[in-house]
Amino acid sequence: MIYLDLLLGFLEVGLFSFGGAYAAIPLVRDVVLAHGWMDDEMLSYMIAVSESTPGPIMVNLATYVGSNKGGFFGAVIATTVVMLPAFLIILLIMVIAKNLLKNPYMQAILRGLKPCVIGVILATGVYMIVDNCLRKAGGGVDVVALVITGGLAVIYFGSRKIRKKGMSPIMLICVAAVVGVAVYGI
Amino acid sequence: MLSIIEDICVEKKNWITHDEMMNITVIAESTPGPIAINCATYVGYKKGKLPGAILATLGVAVPSFVIIFVISMFLEGFLEIAWIAHAFQGIKLAVGILILDAALKMIRKMPKKRLQIGILIAAFAVILLINVLNLHLSSIVVMIAAASISVAFFLAGERRRKEEQT
Repeated sequence: MIYLDLLLGFLEVGLFSFGGAYAAIPLVRDVVLAHGWMDDEMLSYMIAVSESTPGPIMVNLATYVGSNKGGFFGAVIATTVVMLPAFLIILLIMVIAKNLLKNPYMQAILRGLKPCVIGVILATGVYMIVDNCLRKAGGGVDVVALVITGGLAVIYFGSRKIRKKGMSPIMLICVAAVVGVAVYGI
Repeated sequence: MLSIIEDICVEKKNWITHDEMMNITVIAESTPGPIAINCATYVGYKKGKLPGAILATLGVAVPSFVIIFVISMFLEGFLEIAWIAHAFQGIKLAVGILILDAALKMIRKMPKKRLQIGILIAAFAVILLINVLNLHLSSIVVMIAAASISVAFFLAGERRRKEEQT
């Protein structure tokens, strides 16, 4: 049953997304790939859309997948359960266990979780970049994708050397869209 | 995101103080879920108990829900238009860079202790392997393992300290 799958899948995402917006991406990716709800390509598109619209990325992704797979109710269920753990845990900390985060065991857990989350995000990013630069059919390197990715990386990271704040993620997405139209459209 | 929350909750509405805002930021870093939700629940509960918490949390989610719900009805249709599909082919390449950048920023901020660095490298290697070999193993398993290892090291450290005292 799709509603139950959405509920369990996004509850999992909501419960384990320690460490900010991008921490949820590998978890959402696990869920959507395991159920065959989306492929990496579509997920990348939705990450870009989420980055360019208001609201937290994980909430946006939950709404999109929920809507796509279970219509309006699917969207409501996925969005609600993805936020539920965050909501309940904050209430728990405020009402019952004010010192929960100061507990030495809790701190030990967090000391292990945080670097792990970073490793997971790093691996997901590296894998997606490499996968994008390989040709799907027949294997080998997709030279065009490799050159574009390299160019975008130079522009994005290089912009920080020129101006302190550098280029925003949305700006990078816009540049990439223009490059995409120019290169693949011709 | 954080600056908008601070501007509204601290400066304009005086719902919480600067210190509380700092406190929420620390809590948000150690709890799952987006900081906007954490913050809305905190401020909502402080100002209006449970109903306040529920309404504030819904309030912060509804705009993005509506926007994405509308987008979800049209996106696949849009992707059939050639030039939009081409634009997204380019955008897809940028997303990998954004994810990589998010990880690099987090690395710069994290404490560089031996155990932490070890866990980071191990998690990186395991997740990469899972993807390359196309195994269906959730990252959550890796996260639970990392938390367990960290607790084990903590307990071992405690025991050593006790033994040294006696």
